[in-house]
Amino acid sequence: MAVLLTKKARVVVQGITGHQGQFHTRAMRDFGTKVVAGVTPGKAGSKIEGVPVFDRVRDAVLKRKANASILFVPAPYVKDAAVEAIEAGIKLVVIITERIPFHDCLDFVPFARSKGVTLIGPNCPGIASPGQAKMGIIPNLIFKEGDTGVISRSGTLTYEIVYAMSQGGFGQSTCVGIGGDPINGTNMVDALALFQKDRKTNRIVLVGEIGGTAEEEAAEFIKKKVTKPVVAYVAGRTAPPGKRMGHAGAIIQAGRGTAESKVRAFDEAGVPVAQYPGDVPKLLAST
Amino acid sequence: MKFLEHKAKEIFARYEIPVPRGVLASRPEDIVDPPLPCMVKAQVLVGGRGKAGGIRPAETLEEAREVAAQILGMDIHGYRVKQVYLEERLHIRKELYLGLTIDRSAREPLLMATAMGGMDVEEVPREALLMEHIPAMVGLQPYVVRSLLRGLALDKDIGEQVAAVVRHAYDLFRKEDAELVEINPLVVTDEGRVVAGDAKLVVDDNAEYRHPEYAGLDQDRTPLEQEAHDKGIVFIQLDGDIGVIANGAGLTMATLDALNLKGGRGGVFLDLGGTDDPEKVKQAFELLIKAHPSVILVNIFGGITKADTVAMGVKQALDEMHATIPVVARIKGVNEAAAKEILRSVGSQAAETIEEAAELAVKLKSGGP
Repeated sequence: MAVLLTKKARVVVQGITGHQGQFHTRAMRDFGTKVVAGVTPGKAGSKIEGVPVFDRVRDAVLKRKANASILFVPAPYVKDAAVEAIEAGIKLVVIITERIPFHDCLDFVPFARSKGVTLIGPNCPGIASPGQAKMGIIPNLIFKEGDTGVISRSGTLTYEIVYAMSQGGFGQSTCVGIGGDPINGTNMVDALALFQKDRKTNRIVLVGEIGGTAEEEAAEFIKKKVTKPVVAYVAGRTAPPGKRMGHAGAIIQAGRGTAESKVRAFDEAGVPVAQYPGDVPKLLAST
Repeated sequence: MKFLEHKAKEIFARYEIPVPRGVLASRPEDIVDPPLPCMVKAQVLVGGRGKAGGIRPAETLEEAREVAAQILGMDIHGYRVKQVYLEERLHIRKELYLGLTIDRSAREPLLMATAMGGMDVEEVPREALLMEHIPAMVGLQPYVVRSLLRGLALDKDIGEQVAAVVRHAYDLFRKEDAELVEINPLVVTDEGRVVAGDAKLVVDDNAEYRHPEYAGLDQDRTPLEQEAHDKGIVFIQLDGDIGVIANGAGLTMATLDALNLKGGRGGVFLDLGGTDDPEKVKQAFELLIKAHPSVILVNIFGGITKADTVAMGVKQALDEMHATIPVVARIKGVNEAAAKEILRSVGSQAAETIEEAAELAVKLKSGGP
């Protein structure tokens, strides 16, 4: 098993005719993903990499039984494309696109959740279960099948850490790039809960960043609910505090959000924190 | 995008949030007819102006000019004052606080208010802060406003005015793609008016395309940062001297962390993000060279951004600008071999891990090896 994504997924690529959509359709198929359809409004009838293209997600669901969607559409059109996928009955939606106005996310992210849809991202590298399927943009070659789950807020830093893990002998059950945006569909706690339940996953790596309180909430959850060993890395530990305006942010965070606060929270939850990304496999070896 | 107080108030007024009368000036002699008596307020994109002496009263035109002359050019927390806003002085009976932002964990906008407004609202005890989530899908419902007013314990007439401000502020928050709308203080005057004493507004940079009218507003950027922004490049200047190029925010941060842990200091950093355009890489690298770093550390994990595209851009920029800055390169991922070859041809030193690259950069900077 793996979490969220297995080889059973029948994937539709929204924005398949664009440069990114086309490139990654090929890479995802090479990984073993069943890419069954593409959607680009106005391009129905054409084929990309042998994959039939439709105008509407609904057609991809009806004619090709698509049940998962990955979005490579430009930021201004993501809200439209995401809601279309949700309304068409897709249950797993992965949004790679970065720089989406967060007021759009305030609309479609809670909407997806209210419909029981699992949304990954936005602004994320996607999700991959080595040996099964990939919906995302992480280079295929760095993965290795294994029993460590990865949860990351970052993009290329995820590549870095997955690469180091594979080199160090720690393959992955599933790697979930939850994305770096303030509003995301699946957060660290959601992903931790999935890995805790997954029988194929025996340990978990968390890749966090400064800002927000996701890591503190994850640490709290680990203390209460996670019995599998967890190792973390937090980027931005030496970053100077950002200039800020107003009080609202500080009131919400209430002293959390800084690197120290995150590292302290992980310490208290018994989660070792790597100093360099390359140290993650060493810490895994000692858990 | 951050807005100066006077600009934020102009937008507030458009949304029918009452603001005091005021005039803007960049030179004392431009002040002709200020609303007297007035407050002379430094216009800077940073909090804590009042405590720093950037907000002061004046009774007459002469005094207003005098005070303005003192405040203009002042340095407030690293920001030079280029403009002052002269504003009608309010007779304050009560100071409230009103804020709207997002709660990431709840994935919803959060409305905050307290009857203990003024300068130190962060010190207000939690139980005196009223917080209400607003599900964006359904919008601001009347019960939220009722609940807030109950907590603020205001007279009926004042309460109605505050309720209107809350509704207008939420409207503004959504329509203007705001990250933050903050009114501190929201003043209740002796005459029974409710007026925004200050205005803080931050708009989501990612929504810039929906608000072309805000393009070109003075932002919190150095000249090089501005040039980079105009070219669509993420480029930030810090106070160290080592230039860092990486792709992706997380990897860039991890690289800066490694440098700091090895005793170096990042001076400027460039996040190439997901670009695969050699011309853009070259432009980015030219900006980096203009910042005169002592060493340049390139850390690329190729994916969408092909490693050799970056290497090519680096080589072209170095050649064209005849720059002789030592380069340390750590390259992984897509087209790694080709990239390493190109960088070797410009004399760069190769490293295997981030840690190694950081160590090497710090050594090179101090004259070795």
